[in-house]
Amino acid sequence: MSIEVKDLTYTYSPNTPYAATALRGVSLHIEEGEYVGIIGKTGSGKSTFIQHLNALIRLQSGEIKVYDIDLNAKKPDLKKLRGTVGMVMQYPEYQLFDETVEKDVSYGPRNLGLSEEEIRERVREAIELVGLDYEEVRDRSPFELSGGQKRRVAIAGVIAMRPRILVLDEPIAGLDPRGKQEILALIKKLKNAYSPTVIVVSHDMDSVAENCDKVALFADGEIARFASPREIFYDDELLSRTEMDCPSVVKVVKELERLGKSLPTRPVTKAELVAALTVGEGV
Amino acid sequence: MPITFDHVTYEYPTDGTPVPAVKDVSLEIADGSFVCVLGENGSGKSTLAKLMNGLLVPTDGDVRVDGASTNTEDEDALFAIRKKVGMVFQNPDNQMIASIIEDEIAFGPENLGVPREEIEERITYALEAVGMTQPRHHTPEKLSGGQKQRIAIASVLAMRPSTLVLDESTAMLDPKGRREVMEVIRELNRQGITIVLITHYMEETVRADRVIVMSEGAVVMDGTPAEIFGDTEAVRRYHLELPISDYLAEKLREAGLSLPHKIYDEKSLAEEICRSK
Repeated sequence: MSIEVKDLTYTYSPNTPYAATALRGVSLHIEEGEYVGIIGKTGSGKSTFIQHLNALIRLQSGEIKVYDIDLNAKKPDLKKLRGTVGMVMQYPEYQLFDETVEKDVSYGPRNLGLSEEEIRERVREAIELVGLDYEEVRDRSPFELSGGQKRRVAIAGVIAMRPRILVLDEPIAGLDPRGKQEILALIKKLKNAYSPTVIVVSHDMDSVAENCDKVALFADGEIARFASPREIFYDDELLSRTEMDCPSVVKVVKELERLGKSLPTRPVTKAELVAALTVGEGV
Repeated sequence: MPITFDHVTYEYPTDGTPVPAVKDVSLEIADGSFVCVLGENGSGKSTLAKLMNGLLVPTDGDVRVDGASTNTEDEDALFAIRKKVGMVFQNPDNQMIASIIEDEIAFGPENLGVPREEIEERITYALEAVGMTQPRHHTPEKLSGGQKQRIAIASVLAMRPSTLVLDESTAMLDPKGRREVMEVIRELNRQGITIVLITHYMEETVRADRVIVMSEGAVVMDGTPAEIFGDTEAVRRYHLELPISDYLAEKLREAGLSLPHKIYDEKSLAEEICRSK
């Protein structure tokens, strides 16, 4: 078990005329090693939820445990929490601030109180992991880099903390096709390196279907369903009630069914669809 | 009347050696057409868009809207161009200025000195065009991303433009928001408004008349979606990707299904798969 959330409720501006409840009784259990997609309409509570996971938002009601860190404790170990849960925010490149790439990336590990030597080692490794040349970029200003490079520097700053859980809010929004593929490949690489648990908030149903083991579908501050992509994307009633889309692959399958052609399996990825249509000739 | 680019180059002001963001581009956007602009981040797409209504003026060459050059000292002439060619950007939150939806939409026409009764008419027209007639006295703040973006489009429509230029206007939206905005854009095009859509979503280009591909500031491809995506070598070279349905069609062909070479969406792909046996 890496994350255990029970009955989480959160209200913005409580006890004011502007009070808005963003989460209502959310419970979620994430195992170490899972790649979890979080989907849902704008305003369904996705971002509020993930910001709880490294205490960017203070717990109002409910319980959260991340490994052995208990956020309900009187003084939760926030330093340990933030070393455990790495958070890559939306458009993280806007949060770069320091004068060189090396300084920017070392900000997180320095806050963990590591030795200078350890910091340097981690920064080098993080920069190389995101696919940049350490010697070439370390003394450059992050602001001179291209958009895709900036995003990778921002991610390097998070993974230099070596978090066991990596949380990314819309990591591929606004990227061109190559940038998207690079970031998705990078997430897989990081998952294999030292962040076995990955949680991604995304509006891109195709990439969620391709990459995630499980999907949490948020609607109106609740988790409408937490299940495999297959269970979620073939549940028409659920999708229409929560105003969600299904991936292109599933749309093709649904069109095929409408035309009277049923498949032996229920594919959600491109490879699964091609296999279902060609192997065994399920016609 | 079309928008024409005649050997247009644009360099952003810099301390060092200027690098052109747009290099020697000549093209014409035909009236009533639906044109998509693709290309990697940094390829010059947004600069091209801003050149279309004089937000940027060419360093070299000339951009004309209805025959009038955007390179003019005459503010009235520039104003006339911006009225004809409206822009919608990526982040709707950065485009909202008023606290009430109808004021947001009235802002442009009021600046044009349009009489009050006509402003009323224009607000009604613009909100109807984007399917948002209901909450006109509300604040735009509480709207969803897709609704905000539709309001942003409505406030441009209130200027009665002949062309709408959208720079990644669906990039920050959830699936429903994207669908809503794309439907509005297609409907406006059916009504005769010229659409220039800059996007990274290949699926959005499927129903366009024409796709322009930019790379390093130059227009490197210009054709119908079928011509562009039919050239798999070029798709790779310019780091585009096939729309998913077309990617699937290609994989299925490789696996032995006989599917005709054309541009697909999910529906037409399913139909051809059924026909292929």
